[in-house]
Amino acid sequence: MPEITVTVNGKAVTKTVDANTLLVDFLRNDLALTGTHVGCDTSQCGACVVHMNGRSVKACTAFAAQADGQQVTTIEGLADGTELHPVQAAFKEAHGLQCGFCTPGMVMSAVDLLATNPSPTEDEIRSWLKGNICRCTGYHNIVKAIQMAANEMSQKAAAE
Amino acid sequence: MSDTGIGSAVKRREDFRFLKGIGKYTDDINQPNQTYCYFLRSPLAHATINSIDTSAAERAEGVVAVFTGEHFTEVGGIPCGWLVTGKDEKPMVEPRHPILAHGKVRHVGDPIVAVIAESLQQAKDAADKINIDYGELPAVVDMKKALEGGGTAVHDEAADNMCFDWELGDKAAVDEAFAKAHHVTKLDLVNNRLVPNAMEPRAAIGVYDMATEDYTLVTTSQNPHVIRLLMGAFVLGIPEHKLRVWAPDVGGGFGSKIYHYAEEAFVTWGAKQIGRPIKWVAERSESFLTDAHGRDHVSHVEMAFDENGKALALKTDTLANMGAYLSTFAPCIPTWLHGTLLAGQYTTPAIHCNVKAIFTNTTPVDAYRGAGRPEATYLLERIMSKAAAEMGIGQEEIRRRNFIKPDQFPYQTPVAVVYDTGDYDASMDKALELADYAGFGARKSKSAAEGKLRGVGFASYIEACGIAPSSLVGSLGARAGLYEAATVRVNPTGSVSVMTGSHSHGQGHATTFAQVVADKLGIPMDQVEIVHGDTDKVPFGMGTYGSRSLAVGGSALVNALNKIIDKGKTIAAHLMEASEGDIEFVDGTYKVKGTDKEKTFGEIALTAYVPHQYPIEQIEPGLEETAFYDPKNFTYPAGTYICEVEIDPATGQTRIDKFVAADDFGNVVNPMIVEGQVHGGLVQGIGQAMLEFAAYDENGQLQTGSFMDYTMPRADDVPSFDVTTTVTPCTHNPLGVKGCGEAGAIGAPPAVINAICDALSAYGVDHIDMPATPEKIWRAINAGEKPMAAE
Repeated sequence: MPEITVTVNGKAVTKTVDANTLLVDFLRNDLALTGTHVGCDTSQCGACVVHMNGRSVKACTAFAAQADGQQVTTIEGLADGTELHPVQAAFKEAHGLQCGFCTPGMVMSAVDLLATNPSPTEDEIRSWLKGNICRCTGYHNIVKAIQMAANEMSQKAAAE
Repeated sequence: MSDTGIGSAVKRREDFRFLKGIGKYTDDINQPNQTYCYFLRSPLAHATINSIDTSAAERAEGVVAVFTGEHFTEVGGIPCGWLVTGKDEKPMVEPRHPILAHGKVRHVGDPIVAVIAESLQQAKDAADKINIDYGELPAVVDMKKALEGGGTAVHDEAADNMCFDWELGDKAAVDEAFAKAHHVTKLDLVNNRLVPNAMEPRAAIGVYDMATEDYTLVTTSQNPHVIRLLMGAFVLGIPEHKLRVWAPDVGGGFGSKIYHYAEEAFVTWGAKQIGRPIKWVAERSESFLTDAHGRDHVSHVEMAFDENGKALALKTDTLANMGAYLSTFAPCIPTWLHGTLLAGQYTTPAIHCNVKAIFTNTTPVDAYRGAGRPEATYLLERIMSKAAAEMGIGQEEIRRRNFIKPDQFPYQTPVAVVYDTGDYDASMDKALELADYAGFGARKSKSAAEGKLRGVGFASYIEACGIAPSSLVGSLGARAGLYEAATVRVNPTGSVSVMTGSHSHGQGHATTFAQVVADKLGIPMDQVEIVHGDTDKVPFGMGTYGSRSLAVGGSALVNALNKIIDKGKTIAAHLMEASEGDIEFVDGTYKVKGTDKEKTFGEIALTAYVPHQYPIEQIEPGLEETAFYDPKNFTYPAGTYICEVEIDPATGQTRIDKFVAADDFGNVVNPMIVEGQVHGGLVQGIGQAMLEFAAYDENGQLQTGSFMDYTMPRADDVPSFDVTTTVTPCTHNPLGVKGCGEAGAIGAPPAVINAICDALSAYGVDHIDMPATPEKIWRAINAGEKPMAAE
């Protein structure tokens, strides 16, 4: 059984895991970070999206061992305490979530999009979100939230 | 209006925990010393179980226990909550639905063996060591063939596979109207089977406390009290005071989490057998096979018109798939939630509806967002648009000619229900304006110039929500009352705890219900806590489905609040030495009319708990009230949707260019949440119309059993929407609300298909079944006539 050291939300953790332990199970079961969800078994729904070294990955489709030596950020590590990340804040402001189950993956995916494309068009947002399924919102307000966050973040960046 | 009161778009209070990833869904909860359960399920649709050998599994590493159907012969089957009586007073056939299959399996996914182990992996590994000897039987899949018989019966009790043969309406009046009709439109259509696919898969944890003899079931439910009742009373024989059912954060339901499922009963029962908690979480493939599916009707419809396009009569013949067993509310969906809506928004004087419900070797079918009403709306709104095209009347015009007018309410339909209020021209007007319908012709020409086909589709839907008056549904076969309960507990320092029987699995009750409390009591929203989902905390409840939370649960809340306000008046009158009739309650303050004497709500609350100076001869201390609200009627939300599509005839690829929804939900408490509900419903409706289909092969294998094969709507499949509301308040509940949860899923499918048929009309295409995939559209174009425009 491999021993792995992963920096999760800024803290290094060392654990022994089964070689076939999925990253999502490692996060949920070994670290009790249950914000990362499992919504399917075919790598389709995106409820499990986390960041590895800043880029979004589906934690159901990576082994925990693949995260050895890497930086992993989960939804729990995105906000600074009770201060929400601009993408989280925009999801609340634009009512971009209902049941909340797909939300962590949606938010992590959107943060990655805005890191690479700070002002995406509606089509670009919709295309990017193909790997994240939401059954509640009809996507309308998720798209609005991401546009809102993009504006907020670029204004902030311009002011700095 | 305050910024948090009724009508304000208050941001949701529940969002923080979901956005932080600190919500608590069933799978996020673990119990000390818990075990894990894996269900070995049937790979065959129809077979006898000749033998089961579990001996190797029982010896496998980590295995705690293995159970089969043999262990459940003394335990009740899963009950059905609605008895439909068919023609000639013949009751429906109601076969036993065992917890674990015994002797026979009836659909792929039927659970046969439960393996409990120290880890999930060990349970799965052990399940691999189980040998089952099946005797495969022919599968009953197609409903028409099922009725023809041929010797294969899903249940011995129904040799012809018919669960019931039900009718509603006046057949003689319909026949008479057809005989003198100027025009008759006919249509055969399929309402495609769907998989609800809430993003959170079902899950259940059973716990038994030997010290207190208490059971706890943590489960993904829309109605924990209903589960407690069904499972406790009918399956396991556990009295209510010994059974807690807790539905924590629930990740979407759409109907699929109303019903009592075998896994819930198993983990609750099993926890006592093994003396340890048992956890089960569905994999998505299990959800596809075992969550109750939706829709699945095959219908023939005919509508008779006079020379002015006024509808004279409607007749429908429908086969409705029940699947392999009767799910909790299955029989009422194609009957009382379907036939009763066939008048739609129209004055059609004579209607007859026949529904034959059929058992097949497929997953059980029950309510899915809209439940019966989408099926009714689809066939009615499709045939209205088809009739309009045949008679050369516009889609708008034929609807307007047939609308029930505002001065005709309350309106008795020929299919049993009485609409309380509505203004159908108003929502039509608003939809037309928002859709820029006047500019459609120009847009169609522009599309044509680019080689594209453009079409527009209308749907004017009605639904019956806020279910329902208990005596009425009782007379129709419901085995439960359909009221709702609320308790308002004013704490000594003036904060308020509300215990509601409604359940939020995304609808935002923590916000909406708190707005109602803040508005009525004049206190800040942060002084209000909404508690739901736990039978140990909430006195009683019937749960959330059928767009009933605010119309029924909200009404119970208002009635409880009124009791609080009234008791407060008695206390205030005593404190201010005034007569009770002179006390008024305004903006959170009790005032003596015509004086400057007043007491705040907080002062009254404190006095109720510190009753030193108190009308103790008249009333008890404390400030807590409960109300049960039984609705006086259904509510009738209605609206008009307009969809505009553009089709590439070379590929059949179809894009929704514009989608407008004008809904009348009565009064609106939180417009932001209401819009969100409409958006979500629309995408489920568009999904049904264009993408989704639960396809079975002739052997009863579900061919679309994962997100790889079942086409869920994704962000790039759907447009943004223009949604708006008109208001005719409901006349019979205290908030004047009607319900908004299902509208989108009801109105969207016919709007989309009508638009596609309009676009394809030049090719002589007058109907296309859902889902209208590019392939189907391409085939229709290529099988059709040459386009008239091309000549």
